[in-house]
Parts: sequence; structure tokens; C-alpha cells
Amino acid sequence: MARRNRGPRLFRRPQSGVLAIVTTASAPLLRAEGIELSFGGVAALKSVSLDVQPGGITALIGPNGAGKTSLFNVISGFHKADAGRLIFDGTDFTNLATHKRAALGMARTFQNISLFPGMTVLDNIKLGAHTHLKTGVLAAGLFWGPARREETELRAQIEREIIDFLEIDHIRKTPVSMLPYGLQKRVELGRALAMRPKLLLLDEPVAGMNREETEDMARFILDLQEEWGVTVLLVEHDMSMVMDISDHVVVLNFGEKIAEGPPQEMQENPAVIEAYLGAAQDAA
Amino acid sequence: MNIVYVIEDSLTGLMTGGVYALIAVGIVFVFRATKVFNFAHGTVMMIGAYFYYTITVVLGDLGLGTWAIYVLGVPLTLLVSALFGAAIERIVMRPMLGQNPFAMIMVTIGLISVLEGSAAVIWSTNAKFPPALVGLNIDFVAGMAINRQMLASFLIAGIVFAAITVLFLKSKAGVAIRATASDQSTAYAMGINVPRVFSVTWMVAAGTGALAGVLLAPLNSLTPGLGQVGLSVIAVVILGGLDSVIGVLLAAFIVGWLEAMANHFLGGDFKEVVPYAVVLLIILIRPYGLLGTRDVERV
Amino acid sequence: MLIGDYKATYAADEAIFRSWPVRYGFAAMVAGLVLLPFAANSFIVFLATQVAIYTVAITGLNILTGYTGLISLGHGALVGVGAYATAILANWLGVPFWVVIPMAVAVTAGVGLMFGLPSLRIRGLYLTIATLAASFIIVFVIEHWGSVTNGDSGITLAPASVFGIDLVSDPQKYALIVPIAVLAVLFAQNLFRTRIGRAFIAIRDSDYSAEIIGVGLTRYKLLAFGLGSAYAGLAGSLWAYNFLALLPTQFELQLSIIFLAALVVGGSARTLGPVFGAVFVILIPEMLKWVFGFLTPFNPTIVEYTAPANTIAYGLLIIVFMIFEPMGLAAIWTRIWRYINLWPFSP
Repeated sequence: MARRNRGPRLFRRPQSGVLAIVTTASAPLLRAEGIELSFGGVAALKSVSLDVQPGGITALIGPNGAGKTSLFNVISGFHKADAGRLIFDGTDFTNLATHKRAALGMARTFQNISLFPGMTVLDNIKLGAHTHLKTGVLAAGLFWGPARREETELRAQIEREIIDFLEIDHIRKTPVSMLPYGLQKRVELGRALAMRPKLLLLDEPVAGMNREETEDMARFILDLQEEWGVTVLLVEHDMSMVMDISDHVVVLNFGEKIAEGPPQEMQENPAVIEAYLGAAQDAA
Repeated sequence: MNIVYVIEDSLTGLMTGGVYALIAVGIVFVFRATKVFNFAHGTVMMIGAYFYYTITVVLGDLGLGTWAIYVLGVPLTLLVSALFGAAIERIVMRPMLGQNPFAMIMVTIGLISVLEGSAAVIWSTNAKFPPALVGLNIDFVAGMAINRQMLASFLIAGIVFAAITVLFLKSKAGVAIRATASDQSTAYAMGINVPRVFSVTWMVAAGTGALAGVLLAPLNSLTPGLGQVGLSVIAVVILGGLDSVIGVLLAAFIVGWLEAMANHFLGGDFKEVVPYAVVLLIILIRPYGLLGTRDVERV
Repeated sequence: MLIGDYKATYAADEAIFRSWPVRYGFAAMVAGLVLLPFAANSFIVFLATQVAIYTVAITGLNILTGYTGLISLGHGALVGVGAYATAILANWLGVPFWVVIPMAVAVTAGVGLMFGLPSLRIRGLYLTIATLAASFIIVFVIEHWGSVTNGDSGITLAPASVFGIDLVSDPQKYALIVPIAVLAVLFAQNLFRTRIGRAFIAIRDSDYSAEIIGVGLTRYKLLAFGLGSAYAGLAGSLWAYNFLALLPTQFELQLSIIFLAALVVGGSARTLGPVFGAVFVILIPEMLKWVFGFLTPFNPTIVEYTAPANTIAYGLLIIVFMIFEPMGLAAIWTRIWRYINLWPFSP
């Protein structure tokens, strides 16, 4: 699944599309400094620092219980860090309310899918665009002029840029609870994309997928990064995928960062091998 | 203001609190085991009180003396009520197993209407006066009037409450219930008969509820509206924290006493609204209750 | 049979009335509503007006409970706030109904928001209990604030008047109330075509992912409370102008349970749910009266059982629908439409 042979591309998306974001800053897009988190005395994260460079794909790996998802939860505001600082695109958002982080330009998907099961695929994706819409209660109830225009534009844009891209046009009106797992994951990615993020946090995007679904997902992630300029930070256990698509790998173990660098280097890093083998031996 | 009357009313309040604790334990029990908050518990209690009334009338018709109330009346009431609880669980709650909390709450709300209406059809809305377990005589202790039935209720409620608590903590059935409470599927996998656990909890809840009804009904009178007491007992449950038995006991005394004080200083009508004011305050200030754990608010 | 889906624009695909049978169906319903007062006797018109009032109230409950997932046991009491606010304001200020109604709606929304404040910290069960407490406290205040509400003896108000004509007959009141109800239902339907409605559903389905997506829980939960209460207030206002006399006991917990029953039976989180539900709960007492009318010759005392029989029926409806058809009549309605659409082929 190397970059070269990721299948034929059906169409090229214009770089100037609404969702395309040009990032020119050389500073890290996301910076976490000395993040500490503990649950009732058990330390989940011990002074973890992390830089995510704009435009790249950064992978966060580590054995089970290493603190990867905890770090994600701190970044997206689900947990509050005990200490440390979070900076996004030059803005300190350590104490920002969870729902306001979306407006900064961060989107995330969950390890165990967290779509809105009662709604259709289309409505789920539309929800992603929530912070970009403006309709107020009165306009919404009357559905005249601006509200109708906004909704129609949103629909057209989602069809053009997300439904097409993720190849889910056949299920747009299906309630998500009726979809198979792989498609649900794709819809969740679509919802995150509708947020028009600068940074996409993907928590195990291919967990539980078969080979074909994994390859599809890897292709989508690469396309996203290349064509839309979205920066990606992902947690993944599928090592072959991590090694194939990421530019930079950060390794956590027992809540601490033990190494970081390019994928090839990490494969040969003794501390990383020790962490994985040690974990494997403990499990055996 | 006469301080003797305040103390007298305080005692009455605390004694009512004892019965509240007995009612509350049924709600807590069912909630802990089945994760269903039974809004209809008060109406189940009311039905239990009517069972008691009917049984005593039948015993009276048979010409048996007052002894029969103790030997036959009360045990029969508890038995019939427990079976009734099991029937509710089997017919109404069991099909809902695994449904979301919304559906469960709705069903218990529906039960309120069904049971209240049924009581009115079967026993009519005219007030009934079932016999008190202890005479309604009033004793004077240190110049204060003490209602004997109330004192007895308090003692009985206290004993049963303690027994249920010990059972819950120590017995094998108690362990099974707690295991089911913390994780249904694991409990299943460990060979615990989960549906039976549900059945047993509903039986215990209906039984203790009926006992509370037997104690409460003679104090005022018995109408289908008695079930409303169950709604004010929700205040006790919330104040105590849904998962703390000791918290519930404490809360029962607090609510009982506050009601008595409202009655004393503001008049009888205000007594009715006290539990609800308490509920709102608690929910705003400390939603997990006095002694409950914090994550309970994530129900 | 309707073959294919020939929508050429997204606007057409997003329309409420997506196909010609639905469009004509709606037109026929409006025509029926216009003609009803001319064709039916005044009792039927009276019942239809009551259905309209209930529909408004239940639509409010649908926003709060059906779409946002916050179960309210205080909705009946809020309708009471709207009704009493209408009567009190109309009596004090002597202003016409079209001034009073918006004021009463605003008052009710305010009261609802006050009791919705706990929703910021809690959810699920605790919120339901808070609304239960609200229900008792509201009715208690109405009963005991005698100087304003006239307490247990109830309150009366002057009929609404249009161009100097007092609306007192059933068809006149129908003409005032039913159009307002239809507009209120359409308003709610539109809400759920936009970001506002989607945010409500998101909170119901999974509140933490709603937050991640940027839906402010505080803001939207309060908004749901405000809107739901505003609908309750509107229903209360229409109720006041329909009956012209109010008693505090009308708005006790029983009414809230009836609304919940209607929502469950009609179908929650569906636009037509409240309409079906309202028709159903208004017709139940009438049907029971009719049945008991047949039984009276055999047992004259049976009439005493009418009220408790109603109570049982409401409770049973909730339980039976929750167990067997949790999506309510609206879901059955959808299935019928699908059948018609595909006829003569099997769906």
C-alpha cells in the first residue's frame, strides 16, 4: 500500500475548493507541552509533548494502554489535563470549552464510531458543518430566504466535496444505524471533513476493517492530505498502514513519549521494539 | 412559638422519615439492580395498601379476631404484593430489557396511570380505613403527643430497612444483584440468572413498598392518591444519592423533618411542596446526592 | 406507483412535500380543515379545536423530548402557565388577544427556561425528576397565589375579539385556533430542516460527539427548553381563549402524562407524531363515553368509571406502544405510504 500504487484517481479536485486550506506557517499546527493526566491517582499521561507539523501525517503509536486515546481526549477537550499547555495555530486553547475547539479548525473521529444513529448519512455530514452555518431560530422556523439558501448551498457543497469524494452517494439517505461498520467509519470521516478542519484527529481509522476497507481508508487519508492540505494526526495499530502513510511517528508507552522520528527510524529504534516486545511478552 | 410543639413536630417528621426510607429503599433497590428508575413505585405501594385493606376485610368477614391481621393479614399482603411486583416485572419490564433509559422511564410513567386508574375502578375513589397495626392511641411523653402507630411504623421501617441493607451487602442473592448492577452481560456470562435477579428485586421492592403502605394508610386514609407519596419520596432518593443506602436513610430523615417544619411554620399545604423544592435545589447544587458517587449524574 | 426520483435540484430534494401525493394530500387536508366548520356539528368542531391545541402543546414536547431527548414531566404545568398568563394579562391590561398571546408565550418560555437551568448540569433521569418537581411547584404556586390567580376557584377571561366580534361560538374559536396551530406545526417542521434542529437531534443521540462537532450543549439545551415552553405557552393561550375559564387542577401531572402518551402513541421525533397523538388522546375519552353509553342500561353505575378508565387507557397506550411500536403511529403511516408508493408491487 505504498503511496505510488493507491489506485486510479477518478477526478482531480481543484485546489481552490472551499475545503482546501493552504497552510504556510512553518510553526507546528498543533503543539502539546508537558501534558499530564491522571485518573484517581493512576497516571495516564506523564509530561507528554508533541508537535504536529502542518501538512503532514503524524502517527501516534504505542502498545495498548499507552495513553494514545487519552492524549486525543485531552486535545479534543473530553478530558481536562492536570498540567501542560495546548496550542493550535498560535492560539493557546488549554482552557477552551470543548464545543469551541471545533471552530478553531479541529475535527476528530472516534475509535468506536460515534455517529448520530437516528439520522441519515446526509444529516450526519451536515451536522459537521454546524459551526459554519448561521441560521437562527426564527429564520429556521420560517425557512425563507437566507435559511433556505444556506441549506441548499450546504447540500450542494457536501454532495460535491464529501459525498463524491468518499464514494457514499448510494447511501446518502440511509440512517447510519443501518450501515455496515466500514461505511460507518467512512461517514464519520465525512462528518469530520464537513467541519472543514485544518487538523484531523483520527482515532484508529481502520481498526476492525478488512484489507480492502483498510486500503480504501488509507487512500482517502492520503488524498485528503495531498489535495486538501489537511494535517492529519492519527492513532493506529495497523503498523503496515502507519509505516506506509505517515511522515512522522510518535511512540508512547505507559503514558510517556519514548521516541519520535520518521517511520523507518522508528521501526529500528531499540526502545520502540522493546516497548512492543515487552508488551507482547506481558500479554503472553 | 412553643418550643415543645416544634420538638413534637420534629419527632413526627423524623418518624415519617423512617417510612420514607422504607419506600425509598424499593426505588434504590430496583434502580441498582436493573438500572430502571421506577416512577411508579409509589403507586405499587398504594396497590399494596389496597391488598392489605381487602385482606383485612375478608379476614373480618371470616370472623377472625385482630390476631389474624398479624398472623395472616400482613404476611399475606406482603406475599401478594411481592407476586404483584414479579408480575409487573415479567409482563411490562421484561420485554423492555436492553432498551434505552428513555423507553424504561416512559413505561414506568405509563404504569402510574394504569395502576392509579385500576385502583379507582376496583376499590373506587372513596377513602378506605384499613386497621392500624398498633392502635392509633396517642401517648404523652414529657408533655409531647406521640402517635403510637407512627412510632411503631418508625421502628418496623427501621428494622426492615436494616435487614434489607444487610441482605444486600452480605447474602449470595445480594452479591448476584450487585454483580448484575455493575455489568449485565458479564453477570450473564458468570452464570447469574439475570432475569431472576430482576424478578427478585421487583418482589422485594413491591413487598417493602406494601409494608410502607400498610403503615402509612391507617394514619390518614387510603385513596388511589396515596401513590403520590412515592413521587415525593423521589426527593429522598435523589438527596441521598441513587447508590448510597446510608445516604438515603439520612435523606429520609431530612426530608421528613423539613416537611414537618414546613407544616409547623407555613401550614399544611406547604408540606406537599417541600420535597420538590428540595429536589430542585439538590439537582442544582449536588446532583449526585449527599453520599452518592459523582458519575451517577451520567445516567 | 411512483417510479424514480426525478429531482433536478437539491432544493427540490430537500423540500417538505417531496412528491405529488404528499403535496395534494396536504392541500386536501387544508381544504378539509377549512370546510370542517361548515360541514360538521359544533361538537365535532369543538373537538377539532381541542386537537389543534393539544397538537401545539405536544409539538413543543416533541421538540424537547422527542428530538432533544430531554423527558419532561412538567409540560402540562407549563401549558397551565401559558393559560394563566393569558387570563391574568388579558384581565389586567385589557389588551386584545394578539398582544396577549405573544406576551403569554414569552412568560411561559421564561418560566420553562428557569426550570431548564438544571439541564445544564444534569441529564436523563435527573432532568425528568427536575421537571416532575417543576410540575408540582408550578401547580402549587397557581393554587396558592390567590391574589393573582384566584386560587382554587379558578379564573375567567373575556373572549378574544376580531373587528369587534367576540369569538364565543365553536366555529369562531376554531377559525382563530386551527390556523395558528397549523402554522406552529410547520414552523417546527422547518426547524428540523436546518442546523438548529440537527443540533437538537445530535444532543439526543450522542451529546459528547455533538460537543466535539461544535454544538454548544448549554446553548442548545436551553434553546430546546425555551422553544418547548414557548409552544406550551402558545397552547395554553389558545386553551384559555377556547375555554374562557381555568382551574389549577386541569394542569396537574395527569395532563403532562397525557401529553407524553400522545407523543409516544403518535410517534416522537416525527412532525406528524403530535398530530396523530393529539387526535388519539382527544378521541379516547369520547370513545370510552360511547362504549360506556352502551353499557349503562346493564349497569347504571358504570358511568362512575369513565374517569379512571381514561387514566388507565392513557397509561396502557404508553406501555403498549413502547413495547410493540416505539416509533408510534407516524411510523405506521410511513409504512402505509411506502406501500401505496410501490403498489401494486410488494414493498
